[in-house]
Amino acid sequence: MSLYSRRIWTNRVGIALSMVAMAFGLFALLWILWTLFYNGFAALSWEFFTEDTPAPGSEGGGLRNAIVGSLMIIAVTTLVSTPIGILAGIYLAEFGTTSKFAAMTRFVTDIMLSAPSIVIGLFVYALMVATLGGFSGWAGSVALALIAIPVVVRTTENMLLLVPTALREAAFAVGAPRWQVSLKVTLRAVKAGVVTGILLAIARVTGETAPLLFTALNNQFYSTDMSQPMGNLPVVIFQFAMSPYDNWVSLAWGGALLIALLVLGINIFARVLFRKKSSD
Amino acid sequence: MSSLEQTADGDAILAIRNLNFYYGDFRGLIDVSMDVAKNRVTAFIGPSGCGKSTLLRTFNRMYDLYPGQRAEGEINFHGKNLLDKKQDVNLVRAKIGMVFQKPTPFPMTIYENIAFGVRLYERLAKSEMDDRVEWALRKAAMWQEAKDKLQQSGLSLSGGQQQRLCIARTIAVKPEIVLLDEPTSALDPISTAKIEELIDELKLDYTIAIVTHNMQQAARISDFTAFMYLGELVEFGKTDSLFVKPQKKQTEDYITGRFG
Repeated sequence: MSLYSRRIWTNRVGIALSMVAMAFGLFALLWILWTLFYNGFAALSWEFFTEDTPAPGSEGGGLRNAIVGSLMIIAVTTLVSTPIGILAGIYLAEFGTTSKFAAMTRFVTDIMLSAPSIVIGLFVYALMVATLGGFSGWAGSVALALIAIPVVVRTTENMLLLVPTALREAAFAVGAPRWQVSLKVTLRAVKAGVVTGILLAIARVTGETAPLLFTALNNQFYSTDMSQPMGNLPVVIFQFAMSPYDNWVSLAWGGALLIALLVLGINIFARVLFRKKSSD
Repeated sequence: MSSLEQTADGDAILAIRNLNFYYGDFRGLIDVSMDVAKNRVTAFIGPSGCGKSTLLRTFNRMYDLYPGQRAEGEINFHGKNLLDKKQDVNLVRAKIGMVFQKPTPFPMTIYENIAFGVRLYERLAKSEMDDRVEWALRKAAMWQEAKDKLQQSGLSLSGGQQQRLCIARTIAVKPEIVLLDEPTSALDPISTAKIEELIDELKLDYTIAIVTHNMQQAARISDFTAFMYLGELVEFGKTDSLFVKPQKKQTEDYITGRFG
């Protein structure tokens, strides 16, 4: 066999192996999605959105309390983590490029990025739940914020580092102080990327269960009081999916579908936004 | 033109004395001493890496942004040493503006691009700011092209227009000196010609220091030319005499294209 034909065959085998691997991965993904859609859509109904989680043994019911609770907890998480994350990212990229403190912050942020979420849940439990006397929506938001902040910090920093040196220097060249350069010029130049980072952070925390288990707990009833235990989708799914009641299991599928669609929607929106803005 | 016969100490706006510059341990400028004449165009030429941009960037302390870079010596501006640690760098940069090689419009509207720098140092009413924006755009020969799209993004302009916007933005702050760091090397010949015309008009009101790779450009637009090589100022004098009758062998070799 000539060297050339051998190379062609090696190439064919390589491609075939990659195709098999791709098919395997894609098959698993599609299988999950199909099961989720099949079982999830069956659970969706008007009552699904208007009624609260049912008591054990009772018929029907919906996830209104959990949906509202999740939205509130995530909204607070976003409001807390966005400014902290962006400002910390600005510090790392614009102010502390070479300082020891920044290097340390960067290191800790990286650790936080890969910290198991259950550890963060337990941390907030010890910090807020055990000391302040009870599970609460606030504690849930804090736990999720601790997961979201490092994501926002690193995307903001990485985006700012992409800003051409010339643009930064040009802003300094008109006599602008560093904070004005950062907030009004460089941050604005990478606005789309930073917003994308925030959206991805939201998507990341939307499905987190463990941190909420120890903090927001759950609430069988409709409640908008963030200082009380709060219903939320991940924990409801966790509890209902393992229950013996058929209507609970069905609601869990519906909740899972809802989260999947939300995360998918956020991801698509983030991509569209990023593509549109960066092609300007 | 008699005041131009010597390098006119009386008219010097920047007096550079024994300037040394270091990138870490590397010495990028070696004992540079020269005067930059007021309301004249001074061109800096020399092969890549000769220190001409480095020199320009000491005038507005741009190197301050980077730890590890430092300058020693004197650059006297209105009787004060710009290199003095106590000197407020933002004020220096407001007085000594800079335009870069690549056009760098800020990610905001054309109007805001110009107003941004002005707002840092002056509190103007809306109508005064409108006037200032128009004035700066007219000075930069951009008004006709920009007046109908002041609220559009500065990034929507062509490269040559963006560069004139950057010049307008620099002028709007009312500096005394405008530093141009290879302002036309990223532009097409027509845009380049426009910028050169502009430089010719601007020197009536401003002192201009320009770094250029293009010797014809230096010869066309400048009153004085400084030739630099390996961090040293080799020859400095009136542009006419430097190009016609260079005093140093290195200068002659460079301008006749024997190296660089």
